[in-house]
Amino acid sequence: MAETAEQTPAVAPPSAAAAGVPAVKTVELSKRFGKTVALAGLTMTVPRGEVFGFLGPNGAGKTTAVKLLLGLLNKTSGEGWLLGRPLGDLQARRRIGYLPELFRYQGWLSAAEVLALHCELAPLPRASWKDEIRTVLDTVGLTDRAQDKVGTFSKGMQQRLGLGAALLGEPELVFLDEPTSALDPVGRHDVREIIRGLASRGTAVFLNSHLLSEVEQVCDRVAVVDHGRVIASGTMNELLSGTVVRVRVAGLSPADKNRLSNFGRVDDEDEQLTFTNLDAERVPELVAAIVGMGGRVYEVAPRHQTLEDRFLQLLEDEEK
Amino acid sequence: MPPVLVIARLTVQESSRRRLLLALLILTLAVVGFSAWGFNKITTVTNSAGQTLPPQQVALITSQLLIVVVFMFSGVLALSAAVVAGPLISSEVESGLLLSMLARPVRRSEVVVGKWLGLAVLVAVYAAGAGALELASVDWATGYLPPHPVELLTYVAAEGLVLLSLGLLLSTRLSGITAGVIALVGWLIAWIAGVVGNIGTGLQNPALENVGVVSHLLLPSDGLWRGAIYALEPDSLIATLRAAGTFGRANPFAASEPPPLQYLGWVAVWFAVMLALSVWSFRTREI
Repeated sequence: MAETAEQTPAVAPPSAAAAGVPAVKTVELSKRFGKTVALAGLTMTVPRGEVFGFLGPNGAGKTTAVKLLLGLLNKTSGEGWLLGRPLGDLQARRRIGYLPELFRYQGWLSAAEVLALHCELAPLPRASWKDEIRTVLDTVGLTDRAQDKVGTFSKGMQQRLGLGAALLGEPELVFLDEPTSALDPVGRHDVREIIRGLASRGTAVFLNSHLLSEVEQVCDRVAVVDHGRVIASGTMNELLSGTVVRVRVAGLSPADKNRLSNFGRVDDEDEQLTFTNLDAERVPELVAAIVGMGGRVYEVAPRHQTLEDRFLQLLEDEEK
Repeated sequence: MPPVLVIARLTVQESSRRRLLLALLILTLAVVGFSAWGFNKITTVTNSAGQTLPPQQVALITSQLLIVVVFMFSGVLALSAAVVAGPLISSEVESGLLLSMLARPVRRSEVVVGKWLGLAVLVAVYAAGAGALELASVDWATGYLPPHPVELLTYVAAEGLVLLSLGLLLSTRLSGITAGVIALVGWLIAWIAGVVGNIGTGLQNPALENVGVVSHLLLPSDGLWRGAIYALEPDSLIATLRAAGTFGRANPFAASEPPPLQYLGWVAVWFAVMLALSVWSFRTREI
């Protein structure tokens, strides 16, 4: 069912709704397209007011998950709730904003007219349209192009417009599917600021992205999905607790390098070994082991694990 | 404004902004002007004695020519409706345009019915406006006005709505080009099947006759066209056709009887079924 609960009581005000009910909750949500499993038992919770990063390689099931949550696809099994209402509920959609990955708007309307259309469909009180449109145009930097036809816009400007449409009416939950795919570095910076602004006013943001540095900068919590299922999730601190240690070394045989695998996963690039998840306390022990094998250590460079390190590590672990 | 009316308004607005309405207006004025000039020539034709034709003869010739003109007009209207309806939903699904709209509190049924409604208004207004203009120009040129102009325009508009409904249904699942082509071929097959049915009537062959009956039930475009023909014919011609019995009913460009009320009832049911199927098809589609 793409649409449910057509006769529902009035929408609860955000302050009341925010009490305890997560922005997104799914239990074993899954989706099959014929024999292909697009999403296999997705279980997750996105708290209110948090920026949630949903990461994964291409084809992992990220967009499928968003479309299922928004009722654009029908689930195969499992359950899900948005703002406490079952998936597909029309009342919940009054409080949600959505920027699709495949963003496209009526090219024969002006930017202001597209936003007015979304105000009407949202639906927002007509008296508020003018202010809402002016505010979001200013937020996404399109004030000067308000009266221009969308058909004359660049892809980046259309993505900004889509972001503006998603922000109309101060939604309680905003889905952004690859929101910076068409934007230049300035635009990406602007989007990060917009996301931080949303979080500061208590809006939950569900951010689909494979731009890991971007996610790392704005997200409170992330889930990594691969082959349709979540392989890791948690706060950024929980996920990025490890240290990456790069060691420049000579004089080690392949057998010696194999013996170093008890210090965790090692990327071997001839004279440069990278230990992708090593407790910083074990660095002296590692150096001692290398020296004990006859290795000559030229450099040891520990650094905090980045999301990219962790992401690649998780995907490699999955493949094993 | 309810979402269904917002979508309907958007459909009309799109046709206007994309200059479809302007193109139709210019083409229609050109065709009407040209046909008025042509019809006026009938009044100047002389017989072997060098005299202009008597009014009855002018009316008879005009009525027959008008049937051909209206046939072409209704054909163009039906084909245009099919071509416009074919991509109505599929193109917006493929481009992603519907994604952000369907994430709003909008039911898919409202999208389907809204689009049908918007295009139906265009078809009906265009059929009424262009048809009335054509009839007025013929009346001015020859002094002949068909006996049932309102019924005529209603039948012609309904024929356009049939193709619109078929195109929209196909558009919920197929690409715009495929949906449009299938609807066009459907219209053509229905017309040919109607002619086969007429031949069956002339030959008193029930099997061939049933081809026409079944096609009129499955796709009522030709059945409605027969109603338009009847509305175009002067009473004297209808009397002649009735006197001719079976042969009078066998002419694919003539109708001795109007469509029965039961058939018009079936057409109403057909529209409801097509809309219901379109809604069901779109509701169950993965986007």
